[in-house]
Amino acid sequence: MSVNLHTQRADPAPPPPRPGRHQSRSRRRFWSQLDLKAAPYFLISPYFLLFAIFGLFPLIFTFWVSLQDYGLAGGDASFTGLENYSKLLADSDFWNAVVNTVGIFILATVPQLVLALMLANALNKRLRGRLFFRLGVLVPLVTSVVAVAIVFTQLYGRDFGLINWLLEFVGVEQHIDWQSAKWSSWIAIATMVDWRWTGYNAIIYLAGMQTIPKDLYEAASIDGASPRRQFWQITLPMIRPTIIFTVFVSTIGGLTLFAEPVMFASNRMDGGATGQFQTIAMYIVEQAFRNFDYGYAAAAAWLLFVLILLGVGINYLFIRRIGGAK
Amino acid sequence: MMNNMRRGKMLAVASVMTAALGITTACSSGDTGSGASGSSSAAAEKITLTLQTFGGGTNFGYKAAVEKWNTEHPNVQVKYNNLTDSFENVYWPQMLQWLQSGTGAGDVVGIDEGGMGLAKARPQFFTDLGEYGLQSRQADFPAWKWENGVNSEGKLFALGTDVGGMSICYRTDLFKKAGLPTDRDEVGKLWSGGWEDFIKAGQQFQGKVKDAKFIDSINTIYNVVLSQEAAKNGNVTYFDKNQQLIVDKNPAVKTAFDLATKMSGSGLTAKLQNFTDGWNTGFVKSQFATLGCPGWMLGVVSGTAGDEFKGKWDVATVPGGGGNWGGSWLAVPKQSKHPKEAAELASYLTSPEAQLLAFKEGGNLPSTIPAQDNPELQSATNEYFNNAPIGKIFGPSIKSLQPIFLGEKHAQVKREVEQVLNGTEQGSVPADQAWQKFVEAGQKAAG
Repeated sequence: MSVNLHTQRADPAPPPPRPGRHQSRSRRRFWSQLDLKAAPYFLISPYFLLFAIFGLFPLIFTFWVSLQDYGLAGGDASFTGLENYSKLLADSDFWNAVVNTVGIFILATVPQLVLALMLANALNKRLRGRLFFRLGVLVPLVTSVVAVAIVFTQLYGRDFGLINWLLEFVGVEQHIDWQSAKWSSWIAIATMVDWRWTGYNAIIYLAGMQTIPKDLYEAASIDGASPRRQFWQITLPMIRPTIIFTVFVSTIGGLTLFAEPVMFASNRMDGGATGQFQTIAMYIVEQAFRNFDYGYAAAAAWLLFVLILLGVGINYLFIRRIGGAK
Repeated sequence: MMNNMRRGKMLAVASVMTAALGITTACSSGDTGSGASGSSSAAAEKITLTLQTFGGGTNFGYKAAVEKWNTEHPNVQVKYNNLTDSFENVYWPQMLQWLQSGTGAGDVVGIDEGGMGLAKARPQFFTDLGEYGLQSRQADFPAWKWENGVNSEGKLFALGTDVGGMSICYRTDLFKKAGLPTDRDEVGKLWSGGWEDFIKAGQQFQGKVKDAKFIDSINTIYNVVLSQEAAKNGNVTYFDKNQQLIVDKNPAVKTAFDLATKMSGSGLTAKLQNFTDGWNTGFVKSQFATLGCPGWMLGVVSGTAGDEFKGKWDVATVPGGGGNWGGSWLAVPKQSKHPKEAAELASYLTSPEAQLLAFKEGGNLPSTIPAQDNPELQSATNEYFNNAPIGKIFGPSIKSLQPIFLGEKHAQVKREVEQVLNGTEQGSVPADQAWQKFVEAGQKAAG
C-alpha cells in the first residue's frame, strides 16, 4: 500500500503540451519506449545468439548427421533415414554403455548427495573455524579433473596401487585389477566423482539451509522436537528446491560422464577389454573418432539427450516426494 | 556440476588444442606471409617444419638426424614432435581428424604399417611426392616397401622408414636368477626348437622366480607370432588382398591366438598391455623378463627402461623364424604450407644416411637397400643391450623380409581383437568363449 501511495504522490500532473516541441517529444517518447521495450531483449540477446550458434545449430546439425551414413575419415555421406537409430537400439555395446553409465551414476550420486546433505547440516551448526571447514570442502573442486583422475588411477593401480596395498592389511592378499571387472571399475570411478563433487553440493545445500528462518527451529525446539526430527521435518522440506537443482545437475553430469573413465582406461575410449566401464559419452567418441562412423555417433548423441530428459523426469518424480510434502 | 566437470575437461582439451593450433598456425601463417615472395628460393626465408611421429622410448630414432638437418638448414628448422606411444588408439584417430579437418597435422607425419591401407585409399589427404621429384628414390627401396607408399591413384605419397625384423629381448639378471643361461647364443639355443621350447623355458623361469613374469603381455607375443605365421600363410592377417575380412579363416590368426592365450593361460605373462602406463612401469619395476623385439622395439626398451637397466637387457634370436612386425612410412599432408621443403625433409629422413642414424639411436632397422648393405650396419652392436651384435642378429633377415598385406580397416580390427585378448588375460572374457568373441569383435570392427 505504502508503495502505491508513494508512487502516486511522486507522479506529478503532466504539464500542458507546448505545440512547438511536440515533434521532438514524440520522438523522444519513441526512443524511450524502444529503450524500455527492446533494451532488455537486446541485453540478453548475446546469450541467445551464442546459444543459437553453439547450442541449437550443433543440436540440429547432429540430428541431420544422424540420419545419414556419414564417414568421418574422407568417406562419403548418404541419407539413410532412421537406420542408424534402429541399428543402435539393437546394438548390445550401446546398451552396455547405457547400463554402465546409469550404474556409475547411481553408485556415485546417491552417496554423494546424502554425504553432502550430512556435511551441510554439520557445517550449518555452530563450529569453531567454520569458514575454514566451509572452504575446505570446496578445495577438491579447484583441482583439475584430469589430475584427480590420474591420481586416483594410480591409487587404484593393480601392482603398485595404494588401495591394494591397504587392502593387504585387512587380509585381501590377491591384488584387485580394478579395471578388469564391472563392480571394481564402477567403484573406482564413482569415488573419483564423489571426491570432487561432494563438497560442492554440500556448499549449495548449506546456502539453501541458511535461508530457512531460525524461528522455525526455535518453535520446534520449544515444542520438544529432537534435532533429528527438525532435520527431517524442517530442513529437508525447506531446501527441496535446492535438492531438486542438485539432482538435475548431477543427473546431467552423471549421464554425460567422460573424463574420469577415459583417464581410468589410460586414454582409451573402449572402457576396459569388454567395455566394463565404457560410458555413453565414451561410446559416442569411440564411434565418431575411433571408428569414424559419424552418423552413428550422432544418433547415439541424440539418444543420450533423450535419456537425460527421461532421467531428469524420473528423478523429479522421486524428489518431489521428499519430506512428505505434496 | 558434473556437467561442468565434463565441460572442464573438454575446455582443457579445447584450450590445449587451440593453443597448439594457435602456435602452429601462427608460425605457418606468418611464414607464408613473409615467405610468399621468396617461395622460389626456398631457403631465403626462415621456416619451421613440424615432424609428427608416434611410439614409445626413442620411437622413430630421429633425434640425431633432425639435429643434423637443423644445423645444415638454418632456414628450414624442424620441430620433432613425438605425440604418443599408441598408434591405433591415440595417434591415428587424432591424425585422421586433423587430416579431415584440414588443420593440425604436421608437415611430415609418420604412419605405421597398420594405417597404410587407409592412407592409400585417401589420396585427398596427402601430397603427391612425385611432384617434387621423389620418384628418383625408387632404386633405394625394396619393391614392396616402395609400392606400399603408392596410393589408389597411383601417386607416390609416402616413403618407407624402417622394417620390422624380429628377436627376443631378455633380462640377463632375471635369467640368471632363474638358473637359465644368460649368454645370447645359449639363450637362442634354449628355444631353437620353437615356441613350445620357449614355453618350457618360461615354466622353468616361473618355478624359480616369483616376483616377475617371463613375458610382458599377451598382445606383444601375439603380434610376434602373428607376423611369423602371416609369412607362412600368404602374407595376410585380418584381410585378404581383396579387402575381405578373413579373421576367422586365416590359420595365421588362429595359431597366434592359440599360442598367445596358451602362454597367458599358463601364467607366464605379467598381464601388462603393451604401450600403456602399466607396461612402461613394468620395465622400471622389472615385472617381466622377455619381450618380443622387432628392431624398433629396441629403442622402446632402452628409452622406457632407462639407464638404470643398461647392460641388463640382451637380444637373442626368436623362436619360430623371422617375422615382420611394424615398420613405418613418412607422408606429407596436403595441408602442409611448405610441401616442397616437407618433401625434401621426408626424403632426407628416409635416406640411407638418416636411416643409419636412426638405427644407431633406436635400433630401427633401415628399409633402404644401401643402408641394409652398409658394413656399418652389419657390424653394429648395441651398447644398451650388453653390446649385442644386432647387425648380425637382424642383418641377414631384413633383406628377406616379406611384406604383410594389411587391409584398409586393419587398425580398427587390430585394436578390437587385441582388446579381446586383453580381456581373456584379465579374466573378463571366459577362456572358452574367447575365440568366438575375438572373431565377433573383428567382424564388428570391419563393419
